[in-house]
Amino acid sequence: MNDIETIINLAYVVAAALFILGLKLLSSPDSAKRGNFVSAIGMFIAVVVTLLDQQIISYQYILAGFFLGGAYGAWKAKTVEMTAMPELVSLFNGFGGAASLLLGWATLAGMSIVALETTGAFTFITVFFTILVGGITFSGSVIAWGKLSGKMSSKAVIFTGLRELSILHIIAMFAIGYLFTTDPSNSLWLYCAIALALSFGLWATISIGGADMPVVIALLNSYSGVAATAAGLATGNTILIVTGLLVGASGLILTNIMCKAMNRSLMNVLLSGFSKPVEAGEKIEGEIKILSAQDAFYVLEAAQSVLVIPGYGMAVAQAQHAVREMQSLLEDNGCTVDYAIHAVAGRMPGHMNVLLAEADVPYDQLYEMDDVNPRMENYDVAIVIGANDVVNPAAKEMKGSPIYGMPVIEAYRAKTVFVLKRSANAGFAGVDNPLFFKDNTRMVLGDAKDTINSIIREFGDD
Amino acid sequence: MEIIYLLFIVLLAAFLGFELIRKVPATLHTPLMSGSNAISGITLVGALAAAGGDNELLTTVLGTAAVALASINVVGGYLVTDRMLSMFKKKEK
Repeated sequence: MNDIETIINLAYVVAAALFILGLKLLSSPDSAKRGNFVSAIGMFIAVVVTLLDQQIISYQYILAGFFLGGAYGAWKAKTVEMTAMPELVSLFNGFGGAASLLLGWATLAGMSIVALETTGAFTFITVFFTILVGGITFSGSVIAWGKLSGKMSSKAVIFTGLRELSILHIIAMFAIGYLFTTDPSNSLWLYCAIALALSFGLWATISIGGADMPVVIALLNSYSGVAATAAGLATGNTILIVTGLLVGASGLILTNIMCKAMNRSLMNVLLSGFSKPVEAGEKIEGEIKILSAQDAFYVLEAAQSVLVIPGYGMAVAQAQHAVREMQSLLEDNGCTVDYAIHAVAGRMPGHMNVLLAEADVPYDQLYEMDDVNPRMENYDVAIVIGANDVVNPAAKEMKGSPIYGMPVIEAYRAKTVFVLKRSANAGFAGVDNPLFFKDNTRMVLGDAKDTINSIIREFGDD
Repeated sequence: MEIIYLLFIVLLAAFLGFELIRKVPATLHTPLMSGSNAISGITLVGALAAAGGDNELLTTVLGTAAVALASINVVGGYLVTDRMLSMFKKKEK
C-alpha cells in the first residue's frame, strides 16, 4: 500500500463510521434528519477521497456522469409526490442494481488478457454474482415500479409453466455460473448471465400482486445492497462491502417485518404466483348499513375518542390533508384522535406514516397495531379509510379465509366503526370482509376525500 | 488470506447492520428505505476508477453509465430522505 492508498482506506474507515452513526441516529424521528446528514457527509468523504486514486487520470466522464445522474436524482427527489414514494424507492432500487451490474461488467472488461488468465476464481465468482444480483434487482424493480405507478396492471400475472420457467432459470444460473467462472474470457457467457438475470427478475416479480408489494420492495432494496457488496468483493473495495451489507441487512429486516405482519413466509409470498389461485373461501352474507356523511358528522361530534385506520385507499384518494383537517376540528371539539398503522398498510413499509407526516399529523399520534388493539373498546369511533385486509376480522374468525392468521387491527371491537369505501352493494351481498356486516359498522360510501370534506363542512355549519 | 479477511468484514458488517436497523421505528421505515437507496449508491466509489481510468472504450462507457446511475441514487436518495424527515413533527404541547 502506498501513501495515497493508505489515506483513501483511512477515509473509508471514517466514511463507514459516519454511515453507521447515521443509521444509529435514524432510531428516533427527532435525530433522524441529522442522521441522514451525517450519512451524506460520509458519502461525500468517500467519493472525494476516491478521486485521489492514481488510477484516475481524467475527470470529464466522471463529472459528466455525476452531473447527469445527480441532476435527474435531485429533480426526482424535489418533485415526487409523497403518495408516489413506493414507485420512487423501486426505481432507485433498480438504478442501484443496474449500477452494480455495470460495475461488475466494467471490472471484467477492464481486465487484460493476462489478468483474465492469472486472476483467481474468487474474483470471477463475485463478478458473476454481482451481475446476477444486479440484473435481477434492476429488472425486478422496473416491473415493481411499473405495477406501483399504474403503468402496468398491478394484478399478479400467472400462467401455466411459470414454475417450470423459474426452475429452468435456476438451473441455467448454475450452468452459466460454472461456464463463466471457468472461461471468463468468452464474452458469450457474460451476455448469457446478463440476459438470464434480467429475465429472472422479470418473471419473479410479474407473478406477484399489488398487495404483496411491500415485501417485494423491501426485498429488492436488500438485493440492491447485496449487489453493491458483491461488486465490492469483486473489486476488493471494503467500503462497498460494508455499506452494501448495511443496506442488505436493512432490506432483509423490513422484508421479515412485512412477512410477519401478513403471517406468511417469504417463500409463500414469492411463490404465491406458482400455486393455484385460492378458491374464494366461503362468502359471508349480511346486511350493509349505510350512513350519510351528515349522519357520520353527528356521531363524530358526540365522540370523545376517535381512531383513524388508514390504508392504501387513503393514498389513492390523496385524502391525508382532509383527514388532518378533520382531526383538528375533532380535537377543537374536545375529542382525542389517534391513528393506527398496520405494518403492511399501503404499498411499502412506513407508507402511511410518511403521508400523515406530510399532512402535519404529529408522529407521536401514530400507533402500531399492538398498541391500539388492547384499548380498542375505549374508542367511540374507529374510522377505516381505504383499508381492507388489515382490519378484516376474517383473519381471526374464518379458518377458510386466505388471510386467516394474519394479525389485524381489531377495529370491530370499537364502539362504532365507520368504513369509508368507494362503493358497496346495498342490502345483502357477498363480500370477503365480514367487518362490513358487523352490528356496529356503518358504511360511508363515496370517495374518501369527498366524504371527509363533507364532514368538515358540517363542522363549519355548526 | 485476502479472501478470509474480506469474509470477516462481510460477517461483522452484516451483524452490525442487523443490530442497527432493528432499532429503527416503524414510522421511519420509508425514510429508512430511501436512505438505504442513497447509501447503496456507494457503488459510485467503485465506478469512479472505471470511468476515469486509463481504460479501453468499453470500460469507460460502462463505468460512466454506472457513475450516472449511482449518482441518481446518492443525490436523489439523500435529498428525498431529507425532504421526508423534515415532515416528521412532534405534537406541540
